[in-house]
Amino acid sequence: MPPSFLLVVIVALPFLFALVAAALPANARNAEAWLSGALTLGLLTLAIAFYPQITDGGVVRYEIEWLPSLGLNLIFRLDGFAWLFCVLITGIGFLVVLYTRYYMSPKDPVPRFFGFLLAFMGAMLGLVTAGNIIQLAVFWELTSLISFLLIGYWYHRSDARDGARMALIVTATGGLALFVGLMIIGHIVGSYDLDVILASGDLIRNHELYNVALILMLLGAMTKSAQFPFQFWLPHAMAAPTPVSAYLHSATMVKAGVFLLVRFWPVMSGTDGWFWIVTFAGLITLMIGAYAALFQRDLKGLLAYSTISHLGLITTLIGMGSPLALVAAIFHIANHATFKASLFMAAGIIDHETGTRDIRRLSGLYKFMPFTATLAMIASAAMAGVPLLNGFLSKEMFFTETAEFDPNAFVNLALPIGATIAGMFSVAYSIRFVHGVFFGPPPTALDRVPHEPPALMRRPIELLVLICLAVGIIPGITIGPYLAAAVVSVLGDETPYYSLSVWHGFNLPLIMSIVALIGGGVLYLAFYRYLNGERDGTPLLHRFRGQRIFEKVLVTVTWRWARALNGLFGTRRLQPQLLIIIALAVLVGALPLWNRIGSLVMPVTPFDPVFAFMWLVGGACALAAAYQAKFHRFAAMILLGGAGLVTCMTFVWFSAPDLALTQLVVEIATTVLILLGLRWLPQRLPTRESDATVLRDRLRRYRDMVVALAAGIGLATMSYLIMTRPALDGIASFFLENAYGLGGGTNVVNVMLVDFRAFDTFGEIAVLGVVALTVFSLLRRFRPARESIAKPQQQLVQNAFDSDQPDRNPGDTIAAYLLVPSQIMQWLFPVVITVAVYLFMRGHDLPGGGFVGGITMSIAFILQYMAGGTRWVEDRLRILPVIWIGSGLGIALLTGAGSWLFGFPFLTTYFQYADIPLIGRVPLATALLFDLGVFMLVVGSTVLILIALAHQSVRSPRAARGTRSAPPATAQASEGAR
Amino acid sequence: MELVLSLAIGVLTASGVYLVLRPRTFQVIVGLSLISYAVNLFIFSMGRLRIDAAPILDRANMDPAAYTDPVPQALVLTAIVIGFAMTALFLVVLLAARGFTGTDHVDGRD
Repeated sequence: MPPSFLLVVIVALPFLFALVAAALPANARNAEAWLSGALTLGLLTLAIAFYPQITDGGVVRYEIEWLPSLGLNLIFRLDGFAWLFCVLITGIGFLVVLYTRYYMSPKDPVPRFFGFLLAFMGAMLGLVTAGNIIQLAVFWELTSLISFLLIGYWYHRSDARDGARMALIVTATGGLALFVGLMIIGHIVGSYDLDVILASGDLIRNHELYNVALILMLLGAMTKSAQFPFQFWLPHAMAAPTPVSAYLHSATMVKAGVFLLVRFWPVMSGTDGWFWIVTFAGLITLMIGAYAALFQRDLKGLLAYSTISHLGLITTLIGMGSPLALVAAIFHIANHATFKASLFMAAGIIDHETGTRDIRRLSGLYKFMPFTATLAMIASAAMAGVPLLNGFLSKEMFFTETAEFDPNAFVNLALPIGATIAGMFSVAYSIRFVHGVFFGPPPTALDRVPHEPPALMRRPIELLVLICLAVGIIPGITIGPYLAAAVVSVLGDETPYYSLSVWHGFNLPLIMSIVALIGGGVLYLAFYRYLNGERDGTPLLHRFRGQRIFEKVLVTVTWRWARALNGLFGTRRLQPQLLIIIALAVLVGALPLWNRIGSLVMPVTPFDPVFAFMWLVGGACALAAAYQAKFHRFAAMILLGGAGLVTCMTFVWFSAPDLALTQLVVEIATTVLILLGLRWLPQRLPTRESDATVLRDRLRRYRDMVVALAAGIGLATMSYLIMTRPALDGIASFFLENAYGLGGGTNVVNVMLVDFRAFDTFGEIAVLGVVALTVFSLLRRFRPARESIAKPQQQLVQNAFDSDQPDRNPGDTIAAYLLVPSQIMQWLFPVVITVAVYLFMRGHDLPGGGFVGGITMSIAFILQYMAGGTRWVEDRLRILPVIWIGSGLGIALLTGAGSWLFGFPFLTTYFQYADIPLIGRVPLATALLFDLGVFMLVVGSTVLILIALAHQSVRSPRAARGTRSAPPATAQASEGAR
Repeated sequence: MELVLSLAIGVLTASGVYLVLRPRTFQVIVGLSLISYAVNLFIFSMGRLRIDAAPILDRANMDPAAYTDPVPQALVLTAIVIGFAMTALFLVVLLAARGFTGTDHVDGRD
C-alpha cells in the first residue's frame, strides 16, 4: 500500500466516524467529543505528515479504478493549496469539536450533531483532495447537503428550517450549474482528470464554449461563497448553532467557492469575462457586506456580513488576474479562517453566558469576562486590519493590488476607492463589535450575571488568536513556507516575488490603511446615535432584500407554476390525458412511416373466406361491444367474449396452439370475473339531457371516433406492412435449434417460458401474485354502491314467487336453479382437475404448460362455487389461495436458486428422461419444477381474485361512508348482521 | 389473409380506443380488453402468418424454416395472463370507486 493511499483514508475516515458518532447514545457528550477530537487530531497529523511531499509544487496522487473503459478514475490528489485547506479543515475542525463539547446544552441530541459535523468534514476533505472534477462536483453537492442538515440542526425553530432550506436551494442550484460547467470543461479537454485540465489552459480559454463554462462555474462558486447577488442566504444560515457557524463560515463551506476559483485560476482566468464578472462581483460584495455589517444588531449577523465582505475581498483579488493578487487571496483565505473562527466562538461564548446576542442589550462585559474580551478584541483588530496582526498583512497586499495602475480609467479609480471605503466600514463594524459589547456601563437588560466560560471552551480561541498574532508579527517564519507551497502549487512557474514583511515603507497602501483606520473610527462616531437607536435595518439597503426576492421566486416556481402545470396535466381528469397520450402515440407512430411506406405488397398467404367470415363476426362483436358498453354491460361482456373467441381461433389458425389454449381458458376466467363484478355495478339508465349537453357530447364522440379511427388505421397499416414483408433472420432459429438440445423439450414456446426466458416468467408470475393480493386487500374493505346493496331484481322476483306459493319456502327457486347443470358441474370436478394436470405435465413437449394448467385448475374450483354456492363449497373444501401463491413463488425461486448450488447462474435447468412404469418415458427437467411453481401461483392468484369477488355476495356489505347516508333500517340490519 | 388480419387488428384497436376515451369505467375496461386483443394479435403477427407449422419440434426435422416463429408466441402467452390480471385489478378498482364516490365516471365525479 503506497503512502498516498492515506489520502483515501483521510477522506473516508470522517464518514466512518460519523456513522459511529451517530450511533452513540443521546447524552454521550464526552464520548462524542473524545471520538471526534481524536479523529480530527489524527487527521490533522496525517495531513501535516504529507507536508514534505507537497513543497515546491509536489503532488501526491492516488487512483482507484472506477470506469476504466471511459477513462474515469477516482483520483485523490494533494498539492500545496489543497494541503493548506486540509490543515485548515482539520485544524479548525478540532478546535470546533473542543468548543462544541462546552457549547452544546445537555438537552441537545449530540450524536446527530457530531455525526453531521464529521460527515461535513469528510465532504470538505473530499472536495479539496478531488483529482477528478466529477468527483469534485459530487463532494461539492455533498457539502451543500450536509450543511443543510447542520444549519437546520435545531429543526424545531422555523428560522433554522428556513435558513437551512434557503442555503440548500441556493448552493445546491449553484452546484448543479457548476456540475454542468465542469462537464463542459471535461468535454473541452477530453478528460476529467484535474491534472490534465490544469495543463490545458489555452485550450479551454480559446474554446467557443469557454464563456458558457465560465458562467456556469462562477454560478457554482459565487452561490457557495455568498457573492453578490447570492449573498442573502448566508445571514439566514446564522440560525445554526454557533460551532456550525464558526466552522462553516470561516474555514470550510463558504471557502469552497473561493477554493474552486483559485483551483481553476490557472486555466480560466486572464480573460475579460473573468476579470469583469469576478472582480466586480467581489468588489460589490465587499462593499455591501462591510456596509451592512455595521448596522446589524445581532452579533452573529455582524459576523455573517463581515464574512460576506471578506469573501468579496478574496474574490476581488482572484478576479484581478495578477499572480500577486492570487498570493494575497490565498493568504487572506488562511487569515480570515483564523480570526473569523475565533470571533464566532467568542460570539457564541457571549451568547452562552448572557443569553443574548443583541449588541444594544450588551455592554461593559469587559469587567465580567476580561479574558474573552481581550481575545475578541485582538481578533476584531485582525478583522479590521490593524498592524501587527495577520489581517493587516493580507489587507495591505489587497490595497497594493487595487492601487496598481490599470489602463482602464474606471477600474483605476473604482478599485482603490471601493477598497478604501470598504476598509473604513470594516474598521467601523469591528469597533462596534468591541465597543458595543465590552465597554460602556454594565449591562442592565440581562437576566443573569455573565462570567468567564470554562477554560477549555476558551482554549480554541486562545490558540487561534495566538496564530493571528504570530502570523502578524513574524509572518516569514510562521506562515511563509506553507503559503509558498500553496502558491507554487497553483501558479507554478508564474510564482511572483512577494514579501511578507510587516514594514514596506511609507507608500500608497499604507496611506489607504491609515485612511481606513481613521475613517472607520469617524464613521462609528457618526453613526453612534443611529446604531443605538430603535431603528432597525440597514439604511438605503433595507428595501433590497434578497430574501424577499428569493421567496417570491420560490413561491412562483414551486407553487404558482406547479399549480398551473398540475391544472394542465394533472390527474384530475382522465379523458383529456388519455386523449393526449393516444393522439401522441398515433402521431409518433405515423411520423417515421410518412412518405416511406413504399409499394404495397400483395398478401403472402392465400385468402380464405372462412377466416374472413370469422373476422366479420369478430369485428362486428368488437364494434357492437363498443356501442353497448355504456347501458348494456352484460351484452357488451358477451360481445367482448365473442371477439376474444375469434382471437383464440386466429391463434389456432396460424400455428399457435399454446396461445389458443391460454386465450380460451383466460376468456372463461375473465367472463366469470366480470359476471361477478357486474353484480356490484348498479344499472345505468339513459337520462334526458339538455340540448346543449347532447350536442357537446355528440361532438366529443365524433372527435374520439376520429382519434380511434386514426389509431385503428395506423395499427392496421403497420401490421399489414410488416406481415407482407419477409421475416428478418431473428433469434427464432436459435430457440428452434436449441430448445431440444439445451432445454430438453419439443414445445419451443414452453421451453422458452420456463427455461430460456425463465427469469422473465418469474417476474411475470410475481406480478400476477401481487395483483391477486392487491385485489384481495382492496376487497377486504369493499364498500359497494348504495344502490346495489339490496338483493338483485331476479332474486326478489323469485323469492316473491316462493312466498306466494303455499308449498314453497323463499329460496327454493334459487336452490333449484340450474339443477341439472350444477350436478354435472360437480361431477366434472375430478375430470377438470385431471385435464389441468394433463395440460401441465405435457407442457414441455406438447401444447400446455403451467399457465394453461393453472387457469384450468382454477376453473375447476370456480365451477364448484357456481354449482353449489359459496357456503356449500367452503363447508367441504378448504382452498387456501394465499398458500398456493406463496408456495408457487417459493418453488419457482428455489428451483432457480438451486442451480447456484451446482455453480451455475440463476435458473439454469437440468433435464433427464426417466422411464416410469405404466406412464412411460417422461421428461424430468428442473424446468418442470419451475413450471410447477408457475402452475401453483396461477391457480392461487386466479382463485384468490375470483373467490374474493364472489365472497362479497355472502358478506352483508355496508355502503360507503361519505356518499349519502343509508336508510336507518338498512343500516341497523347490516350492523346486526356483522 | 394478411389483409383480413390487419383489418381485424384495426377494428379491434379502433373500438378499444374509442371505448377507452369514454367517461364510464366499465367502458374503459371493455376498451382495454379489446386493445389488448389487438396488441396481442399485432405482436403475434410480427412472427408472420404460418399455417400448419406449430413450434412443436419433430426430431426428424430440425430445419427452423419448417416451424413458425416461437418468440412472439412466448411473449404473447404471458401477455394474455397479465392482461387477465390487469382486467381483474381494474374491475375491482372500478367497483371500489363506484362504492366510494357514488358514480362510475372515470374521474370519480360527474
